[in-house]
Amino acid sequence: MSLFLTQLMNGIGNGAVYASLALALVLIFRTTGILNFSQGEMALYSTYLVWYFSNRGLPVWVAILLSMTLSFIGGAAIERIVIRPVERASPLVLVIVTIGMFLAINSIVQVQFGADAKHLTRAYPAHVWRPGNVQISADTLVLVGILILECLFLYLLLQRTKLGLGVRAAASNPESSRLLGVPVGRTLMFGWGLAAALGALAGSLAIPASQPALSAASMQSILVFSFAAAALGGFDSTIGAVVGGMIVGVAQTLTTQYIKALSDIVLVVPFGLILVVLMVRPQGLFGSRHVERV
Amino acid sequence: MSLLEVRDLIAGYGPVRVLHGVTFNVDEGEVVVILGANGAGKTTTLRALSGMIPAKGVVAFAGHSIVGWQTDRIATAGVGHVPQGRGTLSDLTVHDNLLLGAYSRRDRAQINADIERWYAIFPRLGERRMQAAGSMSGGEQQMLAIARALMSRPRLVLLDEPSLGLAPIVTQELFRTLGDLNREDGVSMLVVEQNAGLALGIAKRGYVLEVGRIVVSGSADELAHNDDVRRAYLGI
Repeated sequence: MSLFLTQLMNGIGNGAVYASLALALVLIFRTTGILNFSQGEMALYSTYLVWYFSNRGLPVWVAILLSMTLSFIGGAAIERIVIRPVERASPLVLVIVTIGMFLAINSIVQVQFGADAKHLTRAYPAHVWRPGNVQISADTLVLVGILILECLFLYLLLQRTKLGLGVRAAASNPESSRLLGVPVGRTLMFGWGLAAALGALAGSLAIPASQPALSAASMQSILVFSFAAAALGGFDSTIGAVVGGMIVGVAQTLTTQYIKALSDIVLVVPFGLILVVLMVRPQGLFGSRHVERV
Repeated sequence: MSLLEVRDLIAGYGPVRVLHGVTFNVDEGEVVVILGANGAGKTTTLRALSGMIPAKGVVAFAGHSIVGWQTDRIATAGVGHVPQGRGTLSDLTVHDNLLLGAYSRRDRAQINADIERWYAIFPRLGERRMQAAGSMSGGEQQMLAIARALMSRPRLVLLDEPSLGLAPIVTQELFRTLGDLNREDGVSMLVVEQNAGLALGIAKRGYVLEVGRIVVSGSADELAHNDDVRRAYLGI
C-alpha cells in the first residue's frame, strides 16, 4: 500500500510538470487557435538560459526569474515575427511553422550552448519526507505548489483583470474586439509571452527533478506527455490541462511500477487511455464543443 | 464642421474595387441612413471607415484624418461600430461583453453605472448577465451589440443592418430605442439598412448608394417621397 501511495505521489509530481507545460499549450491554443509544437523547445531554450546565468554565478531562483522575463520577451517576439505573418494561413501551414520552430530552436540550443550534457542545479535542496511509509519528495511538493500558484495566477489574470478580459475577447472574436478598441495584436503577443514564461518555469524545475542532466533532448518526452495531457483534458480548457496532466503522470508511474511487461514502453497506457476518452468525447474531458445560436 | 466628413472614399477587397469615390457627411447629433441594394457597398463603406479594410480618400472624424489608422485606434477615438452579424463575443458572458465595450475607458464607477443603465433599457440582458452571450437569441444579441458599442461612449456609432434576421416586432422596438438614444444622449449615428421605412423614420438625412457611388442624397423626408427610392427600397 505504501509503495502504491509513494508511486501515486511521484505520478502527481510528474503530472504537475505535464500540466504546467499543457497550460502553456492551452493558453496559446485558446488565444490564437494554434497547436504550438515548439512549446517544449522554447522551454528548453529558457532552461539553458537558467543554466547559463547560474553558471555565471547568479543564484538559481534569480536565474529562473531572469530567464522567465527573457522568455516572455522572446515569446512575444516569436508571435510578432514568426506567427503574425501566417496567422490567417491554414491549420496545416501553422502546424508546419511550429514544427519548423521546434527544429530551429533545438538546433540553436546545440549551436549556442554546445551538444554536451549540462549539470543544472536545483532551485531547492532535494529532500524526501516519510510520513508513515510513504515517500514524498521535495520535488513533488515544489512542482505541485508551483502548479497551484500558476493556476491561481492565470485565473486571476484572465477572469479579474482588464488585460485578461482583452485576451479572452481577442480569443473569442478578434475582429469584434478590435471594433471595441482592444489592441488584438498586442494581446496575442502577451499570450505567447506568458506561455513562454510558464514554459520556462516548468522546464527549469522539471529537468533537474527528473533527469540526470540537461541536454538538447530533455524536453522532448515531456512535450509528448504534455500534448497528451492537453488532448485528454481538452485543448481549450485550463482545468482540463491540469486534470489531464495528473492522469497522464499517475498512469505513467503506476504502469512502470506494476506492469513490468510495459515498463519499457510506458507510453502505451496513457495513450490507450486517451484513445478511449477521445473516442467517447472528441473534445476532451473538459473541452467545449463550440455551441452558438445564430 | 461635420463630425464625420467622407470625400472620394475608395475601397475594396484585394484587386476588387467596391467603392468608387463615396462622398457624404454626418453632423454632430445627427442620424444619417445609407440605403442601397445588396452589393452596393454599404457594409464596405462602414468597414473602410473603421479601418477594417484598406481605403483611400478623405475620412475626417472630429477633425482628425483617420484613413490608415488601426481599427482599435479608431474605436478608441470615439467611433463605435455594430458590425453585420452582431460580432457577439460568444464565449464571454453578457456582462463581460458590456465591460469589454468600455475597454478604452478608465472611470470604473461610471462604467458600472452605465452597465446598469443598459440592463434597465434592455431588461433581457440584465436577466442573462452571467450567461454566455452566444447562447442568446438573435434579437438579444443585437441588443447586446448596440449596448456594447455604446458602452465606449462613442461620438458616432456605425450600425450595419441592425434589423437583419430579426422579427418585425423586434426590429420596430430596436429602432424606437435607437431613436431614443439619439435624442437623449445626442450620439450621432450612421445606419446602413435594408428596411428603409424604419431607418428613414429615425434619420434626419439619407443617401442612396448604387454600385459604389452616392446617387441620391437629401433629407429623410425628401428620400421617403422620392419616386425612385420608393420603388426600389420602400416597396411601394
